[in-house]
Amino acid sequence: MKVIRIDKNDWAEGIEKIRKTYSLIGPVKEKFYHIFANLGSGQMPDMEFTNSRISPKYIIYPQSEIILKCSMNAEEEDYKIYREPEDKEYKEKAVLGIRPCDADSLPVVMRNFDTDEYKDPYWLRAFETTTLVGLACDAPCPSCFCTSAGSGPYNHKNLDVMLIDNKDHYLAEIITEKGEKLAEAAGWQDKAEGIADEIAKRKSDAESKIESNVHTDNLAKQPLLDLYEATSIWEKAAFACINCGTCTYVCPTCWCFDIQDEVYGREGFRIRNWDSCMYPLFTLHASAHNPRGTKLARLRQRFMHKLKYYVDKYENGIQCTGCGRCVRLCPVNIDIRRICNMMNSYDPETCTCEATVS
Amino acid sequence: MENPYIPYPVRIDEIKTETEDKSLKTFKFVFLNPEDEEKFSYRAGQFAELSIPGIGEIPIGIASSPTEKGFVKFTIFKTGKVTSYLHSMKEGDIMGIRGPLGNWYPWETLEGKNVVIIGGGFAFTTLRSSIIYMLDPENRQKFKDIHVIYGARSPGMLLYKDELESWAARDDLNMHITVDSCDDPEWTHHTGFVPTVTEQEGPAGTEDTYAIVCGPPIMIKFTQPVLDKLGYSEDRIIMSLENRMKCGIGMCGRCNIGKEFVCKDGPVFTLQQLNQTPKEY
Repeated sequence: MKVIRIDKNDWAEGIEKIRKTYSLIGPVKEKFYHIFANLGSGQMPDMEFTNSRISPKYIIYPQSEIILKCSMNAEEEDYKIYREPEDKEYKEKAVLGIRPCDADSLPVVMRNFDTDEYKDPYWLRAFETTTLVGLACDAPCPSCFCTSAGSGPYNHKNLDVMLIDNKDHYLAEIITEKGEKLAEAAGWQDKAEGIADEIAKRKSDAESKIESNVHTDNLAKQPLLDLYEATSIWEKAAFACINCGTCTYVCPTCWCFDIQDEVYGREGFRIRNWDSCMYPLFTLHASAHNPRGTKLARLRQRFMHKLKYYVDKYENGIQCTGCGRCVRLCPVNIDIRRICNMMNSYDPETCTCEATVS
Repeated sequence: MENPYIPYPVRIDEIKTETEDKSLKTFKFVFLNPEDEEKFSYRAGQFAELSIPGIGEIPIGIASSPTEKGFVKFTIFKTGKVTSYLHSMKEGDIMGIRGPLGNWYPWETLEGKNVVIIGGGFAFTTLRSSIIYMLDPENRQKFKDIHVIYGARSPGMLLYKDELESWAARDDLNMHITVDSCDDPEWTHHTGFVPTVTEQEGPAGTEDTYAIVCGPPIMIKFTQPVLDKLGYSEDRIIMSLENRMKCGIGMCGRCNIGKEFVCKDGPVFTLQQLNQTPKEY
C-alpha cells in the first residue's frame, strides 16, 4: 500500500486545493463538543478531537431529507404527482477525520439500503460520491470496544485514505482509487518509505489501549426465541430504560426511519426522517394495537436487532462497530457490552448469563 | 437506479360504499400512464402503498385479482389520518400507488390442492383477489375443492355482497357465509362465529388441503384450535399479517417480527414460520 508523508505545514494548502473538487466536511468544535460540519471557505478541520458526540452518519443519511416533491397547484402539470426533487445534487464530497469505527458502520448500514430487490437511491448516491479521509485513533475512550466489534482504531478497510498523526506530519495510507484521486487533487505525493513496521507498531499500541470488549462468538448459535424470551436479561435492563432514544440517535449503525408528508405553499413534500425503535409510535397501529407496546419490548427490539436478528440475517457480525457512544450517553447507564455478553452467554436451561463487561 | 419510493400516478375511477356503517369503501384506480399497469404486475395476496400527496401513505392489500385488467381495487376501512382523508376523496381525484409489495399466497404450492379460505371482517380483501383468481376459467382446473368461509358482524357488514351471492350460487365453490347474529327471517346463510362454522363446514385437513386464514386476531386465535382438530398441519395453514409500515420495502425497520419484515418477507407466512418468530404483530 502506498503511504504518503504530509507535512503539517503543507496540510492547509492541500485542503485548499481539494476544495476545488470536493465540498469538505470535518470535525468542528461547537460549544463543548465536536460535530462533523461543512467546512466553509478557509475553515480547517479540528483534528485534535476524540470523536464527535453524534455519529457522522448524517453525512450520507441526513436526519431529515426531502425524498419526493410535487405541485399542489391544480393548474400545474405535476399536480399531486410525486417526483424526485430536481434540485437534489450529489456533489463530490470529502469527509476529513472520520474515525475508523464510524467508517466501518457504513457497510453495516449499506446491507439494509442496498438489497437485491430494492436499492435506496438517496443513501447509495450520497455514499458513492463521498470520499472518506479517516483519522486513526491513538487515544480511544474507556467505553470503546471496536476491536471486538469488527472494527479497530487503525482499521482502514472502509476508508479511502487513512491519516496517522505523527507529530509534525501525517502518514497517509492511500487505500482506494477514490483516495488516490483525492491525494492527487491535494498534491500530496511525498512517498514515505520503510515505515510499515512503525505503522504496525502504532496499530498494535492503539489496539492494546482498547480496554473493553464484547463476546459475540455464541450469538449466531443461540436459538432466536430463547434470547427473545430471556426475561432475566430484558426485565432488568428495561427497568431503568426511559425510552429516550438517545442510543439510536447517536448510533452510527441505527438506520430506522419514518416517512411524513408536508405541504408548504403550493408544494407537497415527502420527507424521510430518522426514527427510533425506542418510541411507542414507531409500531403503533391505527387500530391502537401496538405489537411493541411496552418499553421492555422496545428495548429488546434494539438489542435483538443489533445482536441477533442482524447476525442471523446477514451472517456478517453484529450491527455495531464498538464506537461506545450509546454507552457514554445513556442517561441510565444501560451498557450494550454488558447486554451483548449476557446474550452471548445466556443458558436457556437455567435462564442465567454472565453479566460482565470485561 | 429504479427509485422504489416513487408512486405510480392513478385516478380514482369509482368509489363504492361497501358496508351499512359506511366505514368501508372500495376504490377502483386507473393508472394515468397505461404502461404503469404492466409494471404493477401483481399476484393475489400482495399489497401496495396508497399515496396521497401532502397527506401520506398507507399499506393496503390488493382486492382486485391479477386476472382483472384495466384497473386495481382496494377496500379501505376508515380509521387513521390517510384512510380518513381517502374516504373524503372523489371520483376523478389524482393520487398514487406504490407497489406491488410483499409476497403472495403460495399459488405454485396450492396447485392441485384443496383450498379453504377462512376470512373475517374487512380482512377479506386479498381473499377476494384470491377467489377471483382461482375461479378464473383458466385457473379453476388448477385447484381441487375450494371452500370459502367468510363471516362479518351482520349482513350489512359483509363486503362484496353481490359477488358473495354469485359465488354461493356456483357449484365449483363451497361458499359458507356467516354473521355473528341476525334477526332477519330471510337470512339464508349461517349464523355464528367463523371458528364454529369452520368446525361444522370446513374440510378435513389432509395432505392435500391448505387453509388460508385472514381476519381479526380474535378470529385467528379461535380458528387455530379448530384447524388443529380438523387435522391441518402448521405448514398447511397460511396467514397474512399486518403491521405498521412506512417504506414497504424492508428498510425503515418497524414492521419486523424477529428478523423477518412483514412488508418484504411477508405479509404471507405459514403458521409454521410464525411459530419460529417473536409474536410482534
